[in-house]
Amino acid sequence: MARNVTPARKATMTAIAWIIGLAIFFPILWTILTSFKTEAEAIASPPSFVLFDWTLENFSIVQERSDYFRHFLNSVIISVGSTVLGLIIAIPAAWSMAFVPTKRTKHVLMWMLSTKMLPPVGVLVPIYLIFRDAGLLDTQAGLVIVLTLINLPIIIWMLYTYFKEIPVEILEAARMDGATLRSEILYVLTPMAVPGIASTLLLNIILAWNEAFWTLNLTAAKAAPLTAFIAAYSSPEGLFYAKLSAASTLAIAPILVMGWFSQRQLVRGLTFGAVK
Amino acid sequence: MGQIRLNEVSKSFGDVEVIRPLDLEISDGEFVVFVGPSGCGKSTLLRLIAGLEDVTSGRIEIDGADATAVPPAKRRLAMVFQSYALYPHMSVRKNIAFPLRMAGLGKDEQMRKVEAAAKTLNLTEYLDRRPRQLSGGQRQRVAIGRAIVRDPTAFLFDEPLSNLDAALRVNMRLEISELHQNLETTMVYVTHDQVEAMTMAEKIVVLQEGVIEQVGSPMELYSAPRNRFVAGFIGSPTMNFANGEKAAGHGAHSIGIRPEHLSISTTDGAWRGTVGVAEHLGSDTYLYVHLADGQGTFTVRAGGEYGASHGDTVYLTPDPAKIHRFDAAGLRIE
Amino acid sequence: MPTQHSRVKARLMISPAVLLLLGWMLIPLGLTVYFSLLRYNLLMPGMEQWTGLTNYRYFLTDPAFFDALRNTLVLVVGVLAITVIGGVLLALLLDQPIWGQGIVRVLVIAPFFIMPTVSALVWKNMFMNPVSGLFAHAAKGLGLEPFDFLAHAPLFSIILMVSWQWLPFATLILLTALQSLDSEQLEASEMDGANYVNRFFFIVLPHLARAITVVILIQTIFLLSIFAEILVTTTGGPGTATTNLTFLIYAQSLLHFDVGGGAAGGIIAIILANIVAIFLMRMIGKNLDA
Repeated sequence: MARNVTPARKATMTAIAWIIGLAIFFPILWTILTSFKTEAEAIASPPSFVLFDWTLENFSIVQERSDYFRHFLNSVIISVGSTVLGLIIAIPAAWSMAFVPTKRTKHVLMWMLSTKMLPPVGVLVPIYLIFRDAGLLDTQAGLVIVLTLINLPIIIWMLYTYFKEIPVEILEAARMDGATLRSEILYVLTPMAVPGIASTLLLNIILAWNEAFWTLNLTAAKAAPLTAFIAAYSSPEGLFYAKLSAASTLAIAPILVMGWFSQRQLVRGLTFGAVK
Repeated sequence: MGQIRLNEVSKSFGDVEVIRPLDLEISDGEFVVFVGPSGCGKSTLLRLIAGLEDVTSGRIEIDGADATAVPPAKRRLAMVFQSYALYPHMSVRKNIAFPLRMAGLGKDEQMRKVEAAAKTLNLTEYLDRRPRQLSGGQRQRVAIGRAIVRDPTAFLFDEPLSNLDAALRVNMRLEISELHQNLETTMVYVTHDQVEAMTMAEKIVVLQEGVIEQVGSPMELYSAPRNRFVAGFIGSPTMNFANGEKAAGHGAHSIGIRPEHLSISTTDGAWRGTVGVAEHLGSDTYLYVHLADGQGTFTVRAGGEYGASHGDTVYLTPDPAKIHRFDAAGLRIE
Repeated sequence: MPTQHSRVKARLMISPAVLLLLGWMLIPLGLTVYFSLLRYNLLMPGMEQWTGLTNYRYFLTDPAFFDALRNTLVLVVGVLAITVIGGVLLALLLDQPIWGQGIVRVLVIAPFFIMPTVSALVWKNMFMNPVSGLFAHAAKGLGLEPFDFLAHAPLFSIILMVSWQWLPFATLILLTALQSLDSEQLEASEMDGANYVNRFFFIVLPHLARAITVVILIQTIFLLSIFAEILVTTTGGPGTATTNLTFLIYAQSLLHFDVGGGAAGGIIAIILANIVAIFLMRMIGKNLDA
């Protein structure tokens, strides 16, 4: 049992932790606050924190100028699409590795993870040219394919670590009960692994949502997701702080909220089961 | 029907031969127990019958048909696992119904059979709970329920009682025996506990290092063990063994005598010794006697009221009719 | 041991994933190798010409390559150092009994969810801008000369931004690992007379080793290919001050349209990444087991 801590010590620790926590969060808070300011207030010196005229004007300007909703929709389609497709490919693969391991299983896993270590830029040009010739440049389908492939190793590895915690005996029991492989995976394995599958899903949606190499290089306008929507503000236009902030707030809000709700599940998934 | 025949069945994991080629016949309706120390291959043998492992060589027949290459789902056997292997995301009702659902039975039919099984096993009031809300004994009964609903050819039990506490284990032992009497279905039961084997089995198969040491009824194994291993494994407390002079006197390389077949006296007898520890169980007293000739320690069963304590000198005399004689290879001499 | 039956099924079930990843690895890789041996410029289509290893010679003797190599290394090692050390300290702090621990956790993890392009733009404009950034306001408020971060300490600024994004990840994983430490172990060491510092170095740090390995592995994977932060802040400049390998190759292929040269750079980057990968895999392979 933990021993009693003196209130003074607890208060000090609390103060330090809150100061550091707020400092780390501050850039996000500041961005959100600035998004409600007018441009003049956004660059005013000294800056004001809350005592300014709150306005929603920036958001409507941003929507009008760069069509937030289209980019948002692209982001959703690309990140959810690639994650779901990845799961469909990864669940059988992870089943194989977790429940029918061979001497090569570990090497296969390592190899899969090592494909993540290939610098994407090394293969950018060929992929760009293949996509150009296949008409996949600047399409949602093209990005779904690429993001599925780049996140597949992580999805497989995460599922593998979750599956490995499910006792083989339960799957064997299903086999003895007359279940086919399909029923075994559909009715026994998948429901049992729901927490693991959910956290894999969440993490990969976040990774895909924030992926900014392929999404920037393989899209122009039609299929551009929020990463590209924001990158457009790096031009001098971006000097309008309030609008930049509004655009940023819009781009990060959905995933930030989702991330907060799922943070506990995320941690385990992120460590590939190495930390419980 | 529920007849199982193993013909020259062997199993190796890599270079290690876990089951040496063996033959075994299990007749319809029989209660057979595989018993042996851990690592003897008894669970592997069960899993070979279940189809959860491939045989390395040999042939398995179920009801006269070759089942060697049949996947477990199609062998019509039911298995109760050591960990129970209940589906944690399903209610008790759904757990028990799962094999019926897999067999494609109608919903009504499923529920009727589940209710019936639950009634036999006293699970009716728990049908809507999840496995984690149940006690060990209740989980055990759900596992059995899942096995009995679909009238399998035979039941396979893999150390089903080893996760229960002592008192519950005795209860479940009785319940399983009773179940067997009611169903009259073949049961193959694996355990490392010779008490379970003796009390439940109609036929015991003693295994050691992948080899069948002896097959027989509990009393056959108790009164005529084929070799020293079986003699030492069956019976509790274990048999006392003596070599050298004491054995030579009976024309054997070694002799064995069970603790319950030694009589004890404070004045005279065949072998003298001093009491090391006396365990008073109430009904019986077990004395651990250090022999005076330095040839080891014998266990003796004395009456519950027998008053002996550490350091007392006692004399032990074997019942000559109950002495087991073994040759140099450890085999029984008739 | 699985049956023959299930092994056959297992091979079938894993093959889509393996084939896809194999294709994803081999087809572009093959093309990259092929392009790297050509003189191939997107501005001169149809003029492709076999040049052997010229592209490699050109790329490897380009001073920008060595700058990029150094920058990549500094970036990765710098961010790793900041996030691992900062993460351990922060995790120790958050592991203390404090009021509102849940809320502090939420605050600390937030930067991990921020898109790299957003984080880079916010830092560049709203904080590091020498005229109207918040740091400039603060400096002026204290009577100091505002510092132009991205002009005078560009690589350091980028390290700072990236560390901000990855610190939450390190903290959270290390905190989770810390909370899994058996308190009896600590109590036993206390009984054995270990003080706080001893306990940290002999009990806590070894317990965290596994988690630290994971943090290093995962971060390295992502840090080696940092791109968006550089693209939207400095575009590799001033000069080559913030050009890492990824960005150099990107610039070569898509800004200078020199596909051949870019491909040669890509192959070199892949070889270097493989060296790092082998090293890391060895380390992680041992630690991820069990």
